[in-house]
Amino acid sequence: MEQLLANPYVPPLILTAVIILVFPLIAGYIVLAERKVLADLQVRLGPMRVGPYGVLQPLADALKLMLKEDVIPSKSDKWIFWLAPVLSTFTALSAFAVLPLSDRFFVADVNIGILFILAMSSIGALGLILGGWSANSKYSLMGSLRAAAQMVSYEVPLGFATVTAIMCAGTLSMQGVIASQFERGVWGAFDNYGLMLIPTVLFIIAGTAETNRAPFDLPEAESELVAGFHTEYSGFRWALFFLAEYAAIVVISALCVTLFFGGWLRPFPNVAALEMPLNTLFPAGLFALIALGCSKGVFRQFLVGFRLVMAALTGLFLLVAAAFVLPVVNELMIGLFWFAFKLAAMVYLFIWYRGTFPRFRYDQLMDVGWKWLIPISMFGLILNAFVQLMGRGYGLG
Amino acid sequence: MSLDTVLFYVLAALVLGSAIMTITRRNVVHAAVWLISALVGVAGLFLSRGAEFLAGVQVIVYIGGIMVLFLFVIMLVPVHDESTQRRFSNQKWPATLAAVALFLWVAFIAVNGVGMLDHPGMAEPLGPGSLSENSEAVGLVLFSQYLLPFELASILLLVAIIGAIVMSKTRNRETES
Repeated sequence: MEQLLANPYVPPLILTAVIILVFPLIAGYIVLAERKVLADLQVRLGPMRVGPYGVLQPLADALKLMLKEDVIPSKSDKWIFWLAPVLSTFTALSAFAVLPLSDRFFVADVNIGILFILAMSSIGALGLILGGWSANSKYSLMGSLRAAAQMVSYEVPLGFATVTAIMCAGTLSMQGVIASQFERGVWGAFDNYGLMLIPTVLFIIAGTAETNRAPFDLPEAESELVAGFHTEYSGFRWALFFLAEYAAIVVISALCVTLFFGGWLRPFPNVAALEMPLNTLFPAGLFALIALGCSKGVFRQFLVGFRLVMAALTGLFLLVAAAFVLPVVNELMIGLFWFAFKLAAMVYLFIWYRGTFPRFRYDQLMDVGWKWLIPISMFGLILNAFVQLMGRGYGLG
Repeated sequence: MSLDTVLFYVLAALVLGSAIMTITRRNVVHAAVWLISALVGVAGLFLSRGAEFLAGVQVIVYIGGIMVLFLFVIMLVPVHDESTQRRFSNQKWPATLAAVALFLWVAFIAVNGVGMLDHPGMAEPLGPGSLSENSEAVGLVLFSQYLLPFELASILLLVAIIGAIVMSKTRNRETES
């Protein structure tokens, strides 16, 4: 076992397999979280039937999608109809290869990690475009055209914001970016006397557009285009598109967390006094609080089976809370905890947008992209470059 | 054969095969998809030569930018009318001439060896150590040795953008009047 783990190819392969197997489940629970949060914003309850408080809903959804008939329109371009969802899912999951999940959990730390993620997301966009075209439906085609125009427009500010962050970090490697934030003693977002907030905000806006999420969800705009590019997709292929969408959200959020919010570093990584409260008390307390919430369900549910599920969840979260108190486990998992925590906060932000912002009109979308985001991102790049140069001692005089 | 050699032949087969498929497909969108596959193969070739920055940029610019715009335009054209038309134009002779010239040029380089393309600083073998500076090396060469061609290329692109705007503006005026 020791020998096997020492082989440089084995741990990344294991992690790859784990990511591919576990991610569909995580995506399912992100969908559940989204439905619950949206329901809460609209003063509803959301899914409540499958399992206590709907906690087993993702499993039921997955089963339903697998068993549904897979309809291929007879006038469609079958080959591309087949290719499009595969392309989207493949590229979205490939991008996970360079995500720095923690200081010891990552598949690969390559020198062009950030370029690799951007490249994968741009190939993934082709899945949307080809999928909408191949279905041979007007609504799908409109969705595809919008997706193409939107991708090209918003990749530019996204790229400029990324370049600004890379410029401060001085490397294209994901782990290198985090290391540089540790050395500079400040998260990327607050670097350069707070001027890095410009690219941070732009990155979040352009990232939302790049993943086709509300308020930039024009390619699927259900109120005008039925379902946009995936109108004709059903069953498992449709599920693949959704898996790709949620994978893209996670990847863009992870990129944002890595570039601007310190990746797997805890807040204030250079203040030694905060080591204990932030690295032990905070995770243990957080999971204990979740366990407390679940324990209330044990008494409130009426079905015995549901009570048992809630009791099992209470036990599980208590166990996790206890595990974070153990120094061995804590040291191993704390990076992963902080990364997942920040990632979850970003994903919540995406859901929050969807619940609160109305969708842009097409001309507004183009106006915001070309007349506001691109000039501001260029300005932010030059401003931050200037401040960096001053900081490194290349004064004007 | 080393892994590098195997990889080279696999990628070369991918590029050439996809390129042949690109020019033989009747459906324009299928041709575009094969072109994307060829471009991915070229990115793979860059990667196997240690030019990782070029590989990343190849994918982002050619696939993420140019091919998306290609598809955007293709989708606006009714494919079923185009696919039945004769695609080979009458400019057979210029095309043959260009192909022969290109072949002779490539053959000339192949015969004379790769050495004639080297310039000082690029000839060092790419080891694991030199990989990390790939992006920096591209940047330094681009903004010092090749600054003039770089600026000329950007001016050319600017001219193309202005030209496109002028052309679309005049057409709008005609349709309005």
